[in-house]
Amino acid sequence: MANRILRTLLGTALLALATMAQADDQRVVAITQIVEHPALDAVYQGVRDELEEKGYKDGDNLRIMHESAQGNSAIASQIARKFVGEGPDVIVAIATPSAQTMAAAARKTPVVFSAVTDPVGAKLVKSLKAPGANITGVTDMLPIESHLDLLERVVPDAKRIGTVYNPGEANAVALVELLEERLAARGMELVKAAATKTSEVLGAARSLVGKADAIYLTTDNTVISAVEAVISVGERASIPVFAADTATVGRGAVAALGFDYYDHGRQTGAMVARILEGANPGDMDVESVDTLELFVNPAAAERMGITLSDDLISDAKEVVNSDQ
Amino acid sequence: MLSNIAFYGAIETGLIYGLVAFGIYISFRVLDFPDLTVDGSFPLGAAVAAVLIIEGVNPWLATGAAVIAGMGAGAVTALLNVKLNILNLLASILTMIALYSVNLRIMGRPNIALLTEETVLTPWYNLDLEYHQVPVLLFTLVVLVGLVLLWRFMKSETGLAMRATGANPRMARAQGIATGAMIVLGVALSNGLVGLAGALFAQSQGAADVTMGVGVIVIGLASLIGGEAVLTPSSVVRALIACVIGAIIYRLAIALALNADFLGLQAQDLNLITAVLVTLAIVLPGVRSSVVARFTRNKA
Repeated sequence: MANRILRTLLGTALLALATMAQADDQRVVAITQIVEHPALDAVYQGVRDELEEKGYKDGDNLRIMHESAQGNSAIASQIARKFVGEGPDVIVAIATPSAQTMAAAARKTPVVFSAVTDPVGAKLVKSLKAPGANITGVTDMLPIESHLDLLERVVPDAKRIGTVYNPGEANAVALVELLEERLAARGMELVKAAATKTSEVLGAARSLVGKADAIYLTTDNTVISAVEAVISVGERASIPVFAADTATVGRGAVAALGFDYYDHGRQTGAMVARILEGANPGDMDVESVDTLELFVNPAAAERMGITLSDDLISDAKEVVNSDQ
Repeated sequence: MLSNIAFYGAIETGLIYGLVAFGIYISFRVLDFPDLTVDGSFPLGAAVAAVLIIEGVNPWLATGAAVIAGMGAGAVTALLNVKLNILNLLASILTMIALYSVNLRIMGRPNIALLTEETVLTPWYNLDLEYHQVPVLLFTLVVLVGLVLLWRFMKSETGLAMRATGANPRMARAQGIATGAMIVLGVALSNGLVGLAGALFAQSQGAADVTMGVGVIVIGLASLIGGEAVLTPSSVVRALIACVIGAIIYRLAIALALNADFLGLQAQDLNLITAVLVTLAIVLPGVRSSVVARFTRNKA
């Protein structure tokens, strides 16, 4: 009996605490991501920082709710219901599975997705221009043509381009299909190696030796998590490794003309701020990456048997020298 | 503390995982067969249903096909065990990893969106109910039908033979029961239920994704054991009800954990909470009975 009274008291106290934490004039932004991962975490941070810069300060005139589903789709579903139920001003859904789950749960709440490569294919929006419903966002579709231009500039005689990717990752597969098509248009060939887990990346990279003149890696989560394995193969077999994201250059890739997921998050945050100011998500075009930066790593290039030209190095926004 | 939508969402997911728990009850409890196939048969059910739905097949037929596909996967695991004498746990792991590739083949890509397709839920949205109550109503009906059918099956001659196979295989064989066939049937049935759960989950979530099977076995086990801890499963029907109750309690616990920011709990703590919940559910009944035993001994 005493136990029950104690429990009731405790429950009431907690409830009171929870209610107190919520002030009246606060705007609420709920952010969900499918899994904790450096790129996705950077998106989250970017959204936060952009909102703060636009005058929405967490804990002040803004309340940010943040949940990660830890890779579990049932939890993603519950997070979606939780957010929709609390009626925030805007929901941000990071990565395709989170965005789809949120789209199924949210009927009217504005949803801004981020880090989704193919929003039309994922049926999040009907079209990239003025999507119409309550959902819009930023796609991380890579500027493949610019990447291939860079690759040809550095290794003009490369004809067979290898890539390692996870066939279980929706974003990666969409990119690899596009890559294959664009390479064919340039008279080049894509050599694919599949890795379903980080532990398979090394083996997959080794299978490219002798078959590929250069390696180009997309923003595949599995592969980038274990990118050192690909780099080490590139160094041993003298195959230059290019990346789609700039962070990988610091880890030993030759060069990347990419964007930072943090900036991607900032761009997402700017869309969120516009909705907070009254814009209608249905009228807002799906945005794509607007800042591309060239990162080069001359030391890594040497180790992979090529030399970067001086004009390329002078074009770079950042020259990284990773020494191992 | 929980909003209506979060509450109904927890019930909805709980009901779907109740079907998973039914499946795990058959393999793990009835047959004493630790079966990890479910991590693959859950997305298999989702994949089969999703592919058929986007091809324009009636969603209920697509869901039925998902059940049959799940049964096939379970049968493969059981045959690996019965015919090739591969250890049951290992047999299920082999099927599970094979299913990853099979699922990718079936879907042709890692993710199939169903957001704009007609699903089993679509006609029900015309009912005069709130949007988030509809799946709860439909899935309650599905779970009830499943529960009654399973209960009747377990009381049938075949069901009794299956229970005997799990309880004492040697005795069962001596009574003329084809234990191998019972294992194949039981594990197939179990994975058919999990395939059904996967198909329904994909339809309520708006997408089938090849990664959606991760951890299904752990959550199914947590539901089964949690339910047993709450409702002592002295009969088959109680055990089945316990499965559903356990799955719903688990989901409500997760929903509460998601709302417990003020306790200092954060998103990244969820897996730890799951592990603690499962451990408690496994350990507590034992502690309770040993406490009871001590008291009765003292009295005597």
